[in-house]
Amino acid sequence: MSANLKRRLSAVTAATAAAALLLSGCAQSQRDDSGGETAGAGESSVDGQFIFAASSDPKSMDPAFANDGETFRVSRQIFEGLVGTEPGTADPAPLLAESWEAGEDGLSYEFQLKEGVTFHDGTDFNAEAVCANFDRWYNFEGIAQAETMSYYYGKLFRGFADSPEDAVYESCEAVDEHQATVTLAQPFAGFIASLSLPAFAMQSPAAMEEFGADETGGTAESPELSEYARSHPTGTGPFAFESWNVGQDITLSAYGDYWGEQGDVQEITFRVIDDPVARRQSLEAGQIDGYDLVAPADVADLEGAGFKIFTRDPFTILYLGLNQQVEELQDVTVRQAISHAIDKDALIRQTLPEGTKTAIEFIPDSVNGYTEDVETYDYDPERARELLAEAGYEDGFTVDFNYPTGVSRPYMPTPEQVFSNLSSQLAEVGIEVNAVPEKWSPDYLDRVNGTADHGIHLLGWTGDYNDTDNFVGVFFGQEKPEFGFDNPELFQALSEARQEPVLEDQTPLYEEVNRMVSEYVPAVPLAHPAPSLAFAERVDHYPASPVNDEVYNEIELNK
Amino acid sequence: MLRLIGRRLLLLIPTLFGLSILLFLWVRALPGGPATALLGDKATPEAVARVNEAYGFDRPLLEQYVIYMGRILSGDFGNSLLTNRPVLEEFAARFPATLELTAFAIIFAVAFGIPLGYWAARHVGRWQDQIAVLLSLMGVVVPVFFLAFILKWVFAVQLGWLPPDGRQDPRIDATHYTNFFVWDGMITGEYDAAWDALMHLVLPGVALGTIPLAIIARITRASVLEVQHADFVRTARAKGLAPRLIRDRFVLRNALLPVITTLGLQLGLLISGAVLTETVFAFNGIGSFLWDAIFNLDFPVLQGFIIFIALIYSLINLLVDVSYGLIDPRVRVS
Amino acid sequence: MSMNLPPAAGGGPSAEMTPGGSPAPGPAPDLGPAGPAPGAGAPRGTSVWKDAFLRLRRNPAAIAGAVIVALFLVVAALAPLIAPYPGEAVPGAREITPGEIPGPGELPGYPLGLDRFGGDVLSKLIWGAQSSLLIGVVSTAFGLVGGMVLGLLAGAFGGWVDGVVMRIVDILLSVPNLLLAVSIAAVLGQGPYAVMIAIGVAQVPIFARLLRSSMLSQKGADYVLAAQTLGLSRRTITMSHVLPNSVGPVIVQATLTLATAVIDAAALSFLGLGGGRPETAEWGRMLTYAQAELGIAPWLAFLPGLCIAVTALGFTLLGESLREALDPKSRTR
Repeated sequence: MSANLKRRLSAVTAATAAAALLLSGCAQSQRDDSGGETAGAGESSVDGQFIFAASSDPKSMDPAFANDGETFRVSRQIFEGLVGTEPGTADPAPLLAESWEAGEDGLSYEFQLKEGVTFHDGTDFNAEAVCANFDRWYNFEGIAQAETMSYYYGKLFRGFADSPEDAVYESCEAVDEHQATVTLAQPFAGFIASLSLPAFAMQSPAAMEEFGADETGGTAESPELSEYARSHPTGTGPFAFESWNVGQDITLSAYGDYWGEQGDVQEITFRVIDDPVARRQSLEAGQIDGYDLVAPADVADLEGAGFKIFTRDPFTILYLGLNQQVEELQDVTVRQAISHAIDKDALIRQTLPEGTKTAIEFIPDSVNGYTEDVETYDYDPERARELLAEAGYEDGFTVDFNYPTGVSRPYMPTPEQVFSNLSSQLAEVGIEVNAVPEKWSPDYLDRVNGTADHGIHLLGWTGDYNDTDNFVGVFFGQEKPEFGFDNPELFQALSEARQEPVLEDQTPLYEEVNRMVSEYVPAVPLAHPAPSLAFAERVDHYPASPVNDEVYNEIELNK
Repeated sequence: MLRLIGRRLLLLIPTLFGLSILLFLWVRALPGGPATALLGDKATPEAVARVNEAYGFDRPLLEQYVIYMGRILSGDFGNSLLTNRPVLEEFAARFPATLELTAFAIIFAVAFGIPLGYWAARHVGRWQDQIAVLLSLMGVVVPVFFLAFILKWVFAVQLGWLPPDGRQDPRIDATHYTNFFVWDGMITGEYDAAWDALMHLVLPGVALGTIPLAIIARITRASVLEVQHADFVRTARAKGLAPRLIRDRFVLRNALLPVITTLGLQLGLLISGAVLTETVFAFNGIGSFLWDAIFNLDFPVLQGFIIFIALIYSLINLLVDVSYGLIDPRVRVS
Repeated sequence: MSMNLPPAAGGGPSAEMTPGGSPAPGPAPDLGPAGPAPGAGAPRGTSVWKDAFLRLRRNPAAIAGAVIVALFLVVAALAPLIAPYPGEAVPGAREITPGEIPGPGELPGYPLGLDRFGGDVLSKLIWGAQSSLLIGVVSTAFGLVGGMVLGLLAGAFGGWVDGVVMRIVDILLSVPNLLLAVSIAAVLGQGPYAVMIAIGVAQVPIFARLLRSSMLSQKGADYVLAAQTLGLSRRTITMSHVLPNSVGPVIVQATLTLATAVIDAAALSFLGLGGGRPETAEWGRMLTYAQAELGIAPWLAFLPGLCIAVTALGFTLLGESLREALDPKSRTR
């Protein structure tokens, strides 16, 4: 790395740190405000038991070994990371680290830790605990390294102690009680942002030791949860673990020594209700206080019946993938014609929830590198027909259209309806589709991600944290069976952008990537659907977050 | 009698063995295979390859089968791919719920099915009979999931009389020892919890019990009709015994034999029929777990459960045969 | 989803319910023109069928069942003529928003309203009759043929053949129907025919057991003994006498199975194994999709649910009446 670059890097980090301090002040005062209100209302006046319907059990109580939304939903109540997010956005904000500063070399990060924080087992949260966590992840062995276990660490930090060549992490040092320095082996622009993932939350070293958190029992064929991951998760969050009846419910209760505001909720029960219709009915019958991923059809109806709907800012993308292994789709003119043939606004109006934004590229506008300076392919069936004729398909053609059934994702609440809508739009310009529905998992995912045997298809993504590579890099960073194209120029551009260590220097690179993608049309970006949650009338406020960073001590209840 | 039991138990072995082979081959014949099920959203070809290797899905079939059989014989059905817990443990945790639900459904079916059938038989050919027959037909022709939905929508969502889902209101502080919630509530003296758990059984129990009810009613009707004209009943009548006595001692007792047979068969079918009911009512038994396993191709669970259910089914059949023999002396002799 | 249990006649309980359960005295019931194998007893059997038909005509339940079934058949056959729109058409797609589906009578031209995709509900119900009929007939035929072959093997040969066949049937029977169908459909790949075959296979053990037990009960019958003393070959006795006399309950069961097959097909479609477009006009599928909209558009669930229930009721009434009419015991009354 050049000296010049290093200097710029440190300047930027200093600025980030300053901004972070400011933000931390803001976040703090916000917490104080809400705390004041609830204290004024009197704690005894509300029923502190809050029941939320989860769609499935968590995979584990140990977030380091999980990557699914239901696990993280629970983890976020029990655990906190060094870095959180600014309320209502995907941007990193101080949490257990009050501030941080990157060293001259852009490889070492100095974290100034919050004081007076304790884990639920009574031990202190300090620099040693931070290093114990970083070292724990780095030293995962055997099955703990499997993709099904430490997915995020493996993907973002790329290497473990027994394979240090690729590893991003190098070491961690407790400078004093409340200052820890993490040293990376190679630059990683998304480092701070990634720490907001629950997978990198701080866990009590004492509890992990006592209950054998890393003793992932069983053999490689059948991993088993450790005692810790079953019944002793210990973090610093506002709620402490009580019980987990698999398939039934998880109970958490307020942690008396929490460093922040406890809020109105004193006890959380996550009830497992896997059927989406059953979740709605349970809310209507007054059995639960809220649930996630409200079906678009239900939003207005529930609102009319007096229930509270909270909508997250979209941090999602739904696209129509175009597999270039299909002869017709190899021609960029055809792909452009398809883009022109799709009336995204009609699609959104007829099938997607309120709050959904039209997509012109593959990242939401809150993500670094978003630019309006891309080819937008406005709805123009006439133009589409012209382009098709130009490509030699005056009479159109027939193509397989793969879509999943019986599934609802945050970015795709009703795939069957999206399919139905798009296929009739395409029919209007002469493209007949051959419907190929498949069960979501594993059939559909396997076919679309793993084989060339599919045509146009529906898929999407929910961003894990604020990072551009987490969207476009995932989609177009390498040759994938999903899209079936080889575009070295694009791959190169993405790789360069990813390796650029300074966030602000990444911006123009990613803008350029977005332009390239829009001209190449490997897929048609359709929409950024906004997921909604529904709550009982007594819920006044819910901290809806685009990246699901929702901690229930911020919930406000009125009775 | 012991010889009969022994013979039947021996017959179980080839059945279960054949079943295990079928199951094993089936999972591996599936397109896509189990690796992608494991990875879900995050599946990449490399990840799939890694999982295949790590889980041994890439070894020769015979080798996989030998490992698999060895495990099963030692009682190890593997771990659920969804929950990472041993299948047997999951099963043990959920079975009480399903048993409780099934018991409720059976009691419901018997309590209403037998009187309905008897009533119909007493009024055979008249309008009462027609109504009873029509009612029992309705029980069979309405799709179970539709019935479950309607029951829930009307009685839980619209009227709010009964809880719509789950086994226990989380707002009730209940202690659970055995996982039979009603029973737990009784023995700990937490009667509110027991009552609450019972109320949670009503809707799914009725939905699940409707088909057995219809079948029991019809069999009761048919066998009462048959017994009514039997010689011993005629003799009893001729001797001037009280009609009530005749009904209780002779007609009903003898008519119930076929009902018991049916009951046994229904019990086995009910446990597998609970899949849908439990899902609709978010009832945490083996049924809803199996549903998830079907959806996600959680093959250790599928295999383990099918073998277990087959075992239960066979044992219940055996039990029915034996009890039949004990009750009816004619069968014992032959 | 719902694998509705076969009404009464499935498996063991059938012995108590069906005429096959006890040796038929006098002239055994035969199948007449509808039966697959009108055997030697045909001349006498005709009168039995005629007798049965006469008694069916006096039975109001049978008439109701016959009317429903006839109506269903007519609608299914005439669907192309009477349905306003093609089954998969979505003429009202523009009228639909996530929270708003025009119901019956709310939009001119769509008397029963629109469905989630913008299809005309009336047209889809009419076309649904056709696909339901197809599913019912094909899958029942599959189960019937498979079950008859197995049952015949077991019933005719007895001994170790019986043992092996019944073990297979036991295995099939002990696997939950839904799971059995799902596993077969999963291996066959998706598509409407895979679903029909899967449902059919799930019915095989029921038909097999029924035929076997029915045949066994005939074995000791007087007419069989008579045939044996006459020196007829076992093959002749089995195929020409025992089989035709045992097949009654199986045929009745087939009538009943027709109805449940429609419901089972819905379950498999829901699991994504049905193939085809989501707009496909098929009662079970419509019902399945409608459950998600129960809150805002309950008629979407009630209408196809009603169609399924009424059709199933029609076939069941007819089947039951047929069973009773053929039952020699009830004939004495």
